[in-house]
Amino acid sequence: MSGKKPQLALYWAASCGGCDVATLDVNEKILDVAAAFDIRLWPIAMDFKYKDIELWADNEIDVCLFNGAVRNSEQLHLAKLLRRKSKVMVAFGACASFGGIPGLANLHDRKTIFEAVYGYTVSTHNPDKVYPAPKLKVSEGELTLPDFFDDVFALHQVIPVEYFVPGCPPTPETIMTAVGAIIEGKLPPAGSTIGINRALCDECKRTKSDKPKIERFYRPQEILTDPDKCLLEQGLTCQGSATRGGCGALCPSVNMPCRGCYGPMPSSSDAGADALSAMASIVDASDEKTADEKMARLVDPLGTFYRFTLPVSLLVRSPKQPQS
Amino acid sequence: MKNDDPRIGVFVCHCGTNIAGIVNVDSVAAAARTMPFVVHAEEYKFMCSDPGQALVRDAILKHRLNRVIVAACSPRMHEPTFRKATALAGLNPYLFEMANIREHCSWVHTDKVAATEKAIDLVKSAVAKARYLEPLESRYVNVEPKVLIVGGGVAGIQAALDIANGGTKVVLVERQQSIGGRMAQLDKTFPTLDCSACILTPKMVQAAQHPNIELMTYSEIEEVKGYVGNFTVRIRRKATFIDPKVCTACGVCIDKCPWKATSSFEEGLSKRKAVYRLFPQAVPGIPVVDKDACKYFENGKCKACEKFCEPHAFRWDDQDKIVEEKVGAIIVATGYDLIDPKLPSQYGYGKLKNVITGIEFERINNATGPTAGKIVTKEGKEPESVAILHCIGSRDRNHCEYCSRVCCMYALKFAHLIKEKTKATVYNFYIDMRCFGKGYEEFYHRLLEEGVKFIRGKAAYVTDQALTDAEQGKLIISAEATTLGKTLRVPVDMVILANAMTPQKDAADVARKFGIGRSPDGFFLEKHPKLEPVSTATDGVYLAGTCQGPKDIPDTVAQGAAAASVAMSLIQRGTVEVEAATAGVIDDLCSGCKICQDVCPYSAIGYEVDKRIAEINASLCKGCGTCAATCPSSAIVAKHFNDQQILAQIHALYAQEG
Amino acid sequence: MAEQFEPKIAVLCCNWCTYAGADLAGTSRMKYAPNVRLIRTMCSGRIDPSFVMTALKDGADGVLIAGCHPADCHYINGNHKTMRRFPVLHTMLAQFGIERDRVRLEWISASEGDRFVEVANEMTETVRKLGPLDWKSRTAAGNVA
Repeated sequence: MSGKKPQLALYWAASCGGCDVATLDVNEKILDVAAAFDIRLWPIAMDFKYKDIELWADNEIDVCLFNGAVRNSEQLHLAKLLRRKSKVMVAFGACASFGGIPGLANLHDRKTIFEAVYGYTVSTHNPDKVYPAPKLKVSEGELTLPDFFDDVFALHQVIPVEYFVPGCPPTPETIMTAVGAIIEGKLPPAGSTIGINRALCDECKRTKSDKPKIERFYRPQEILTDPDKCLLEQGLTCQGSATRGGCGALCPSVNMPCRGCYGPMPSSSDAGADALSAMASIVDASDEKTADEKMARLVDPLGTFYRFTLPVSLLVRSPKQPQS
Repeated sequence: MKNDDPRIGVFVCHCGTNIAGIVNVDSVAAAARTMPFVVHAEEYKFMCSDPGQALVRDAILKHRLNRVIVAACSPRMHEPTFRKATALAGLNPYLFEMANIREHCSWVHTDKVAATEKAIDLVKSAVAKARYLEPLESRYVNVEPKVLIVGGGVAGIQAALDIANGGTKVVLVERQQSIGGRMAQLDKTFPTLDCSACILTPKMVQAAQHPNIELMTYSEIEEVKGYVGNFTVRIRRKATFIDPKVCTACGVCIDKCPWKATSSFEEGLSKRKAVYRLFPQAVPGIPVVDKDACKYFENGKCKACEKFCEPHAFRWDDQDKIVEEKVGAIIVATGYDLIDPKLPSQYGYGKLKNVITGIEFERINNATGPTAGKIVTKEGKEPESVAILHCIGSRDRNHCEYCSRVCCMYALKFAHLIKEKTKATVYNFYIDMRCFGKGYEEFYHRLLEEGVKFIRGKAAYVTDQALTDAEQGKLIISAEATTLGKTLRVPVDMVILANAMTPQKDAADVARKFGIGRSPDGFFLEKHPKLEPVSTATDGVYLAGTCQGPKDIPDTVAQGAAAASVAMSLIQRGTVEVEAATAGVIDDLCSGCKICQDVCPYSAIGYEVDKRIAEINASLCKGCGTCAATCPSSAIVAKHFNDQQILAQIHALYAQEG
Repeated sequence: MAEQFEPKIAVLCCNWCTYAGADLAGTSRMKYAPNVRLIRTMCSGRIDPSFVMTALKDGADGVLIAGCHPADCHYINGNHKTMRRFPVLHTMLAQFGIERDRVRLEWISASEGDRFVEVANEMTETVRKLGPLDWKSRTAAGNVA
């Protein structure tokens, strides 16, 4: 591709915008990015029209950084469209990689979500029970809305993806590692996650006992932690040991237990099962009663262990509500 | 060998009609032929027979099989047989897998269709696992030719002498100042009535003088590391303040010492000096200074002992020393304790002064004991009547559910000794008489003829509240005489409680140090209650004596000798095979979170400081796989039961076709 | 007569206690429902929660985790880890919408062949009443192409 700069597209789907902010967070290095690439699409920064994208030739884009999960027909359409237009598709951030926080919606389905959001929440006033519909006829014509899915999907569950850049959001270092690899053409085999293959504990500065034990579980607001000691040993559900490293153990360094946003380890069959098994195994309990009592303090295990990964977990979701 | 190209052979056993009577073995073999990577399947009448095993060997060669499955009985039965057959054909024995279609199928189901379906499933599961089996190497390590014996009671002494006489070095560690243990406290032994000290002290002296035995008294085990054949033991040698190389054991210091403390050997019935021997015939004879009782350590004055010590053996700056020993085998012979006689509170121990325990009576009756062998009450009078209460705490769900095994016999012995020395009437309150040993029943009969009164009924309580004149000033036993069907009140002058034998107070701690389990009663757990009575869950660690459960002297000595023989057999072998199916760390995936270190029951997982990752000592690992299930990074592989193999089994059994 | 539902029960168990207990049921010729299939590990501590989840996802209607009694582990205390993992795994599976009765933890020793039979039968009947789990179709993606 001599002479011509690589063509870059950035897109956001079911996302909070944090990934885009993180991309800007690389500070002055963004200039390197701008210099190295021809940025063709970036909804948060530049105006664009769908039909512009449709006009591109297939594979015209060299790299597409796609953040956010896929949970409606518009996002799916764009995912497929960008896939066709891009040589390399990167699932960027936890949502695109594993479903992320929006993925927790897989505990419910469209119906229950609509009923809550447009129905009974305290701040909602909707006496006519009007719910979003894909098509609505009004006097001026037909209005359309994207179709909202029952499930939240990680990007690779709807289109083929070459690389994954984890994180909620990916740290500037992770982003620059990925960008650097792309610029230098030193990309790992397709299917790889850009990051390190060791768990977060490897990067964490806190000291660990030789035989770590958990006396009882605490929620972060219930305890003033020792700033030097392993958070897991202090009873916080720190998931650093079951989470891919690469963030530099940011959360533990500011007294927050790792929440798992860099996703499961490469050889893991299920991130939640890994974290659950490790944490429970070292709880100080030698009889069933104590084990039951101490484990009951670990509230919402599903939400804790699959905070970012429910759509890619072994069990993927909770069964849908029977349609009435 | 590479895993890429598995060639699996399946052999289905009829086991006569045991399997073939319920399971359609032809269908199983036919189904096996359609399973992935199966290149050969056949059925045969008895796979474990010589021709059956030959079938396996021949098929491996003929069909170039690199995985073998026998669908027959439980792997707990014949896995070793078929591993051997597999190895004979030149294949690694760990490339063999068994499907249990007899114990888990044909023997437990009656519906032939369902049983055949299940048998096919079990073969499918084995085939799925077999595809991912990997060869494992048997490993051997050299055995350090030295044995550590913990506890210098009669079990430990016996084991030490047997091993030392066989030419192997022994380190005998005893917590107290002297070896001898409980047996040294006893006066006579049942049923032969020979003097306990007379038969024990020669053995104690032999042990002390044996060139192959290194005696470490007044010492305790700090830490045990390592594994069968290669233990490293750290021993704390407590400060004695007397140089054993200089001291002549003349005992003048003991005479001159003005300070006293309660004698544990005399069960608190008398005092000993601050510088003391446990008992007059103590081995070694060199005394120790009890820092807590010696006034010099309190106010820096006195040293009366030193003034009379001609060889100048006192070392006031003496400190605890930690010594390290490398041994190949360990015998734990830490003995027993007795239940606090106050716990079954209805017998008044501690409140009624003439209620004493059996072990206190042993001392009272002993010529070197607090009363110089005279059987007297606390008032110094000879008792007119004595009651011996059996099963105090033993055979009692509120305390110890088990039988303490020795009390019936020593109660008989006590009765005899009381009869011999006094004119007292002796009562035994018992549930059953358990006189099971050699010469025991005969001894019981002898006592019946000696006029001892036996009342079948466990004592309900002991009181000093008299209801009649005859009861005034007496201790009254209330019990139901079950043979008479009525409740009795028997007034006596002295009550002896046969209180239960219990594990030592620190048994949990000792069990943890040596990696041995405990049975529900708290005693150390042998590997098999019948067939491996001295081995434990940790290879190379053996049990002897009452730390494993209540027993009398003959059984204790027998177990000491048994432990010596298994330890010797290990030492003689020189090398030992260690578990091949261990766990291993994938270095690149390990983040050094140390969680696995806590879950390993054998402390087999260490931390490599340089690489900041976990490291498994394969010689210590027993292959339980707990660490593999725990590892949050999936960085630990449990060989022969790895994730891939087990998940393949699950998929084979439950994933829908296609 | 309508064909009754035959549940598929996976038994993840240790070699020394429950597997041997099931062997004893066999040598004693006790009879039980043919719905259970044993998957052997050396210790119940080896049972990774993901094994249970995989079995349920694949098509098992129920899973029994079984090992030595808490004070009686062949590997000193491997089963303590199982005992600690189970309550939180159980809660989490319930959050996933898997009925609690489909997953069970039992301590069955090598001498308790009768207990194994009892549990195998109970489990089969309980899960039969619950009906098929059929996780894949219960959770299949709905309205996405």
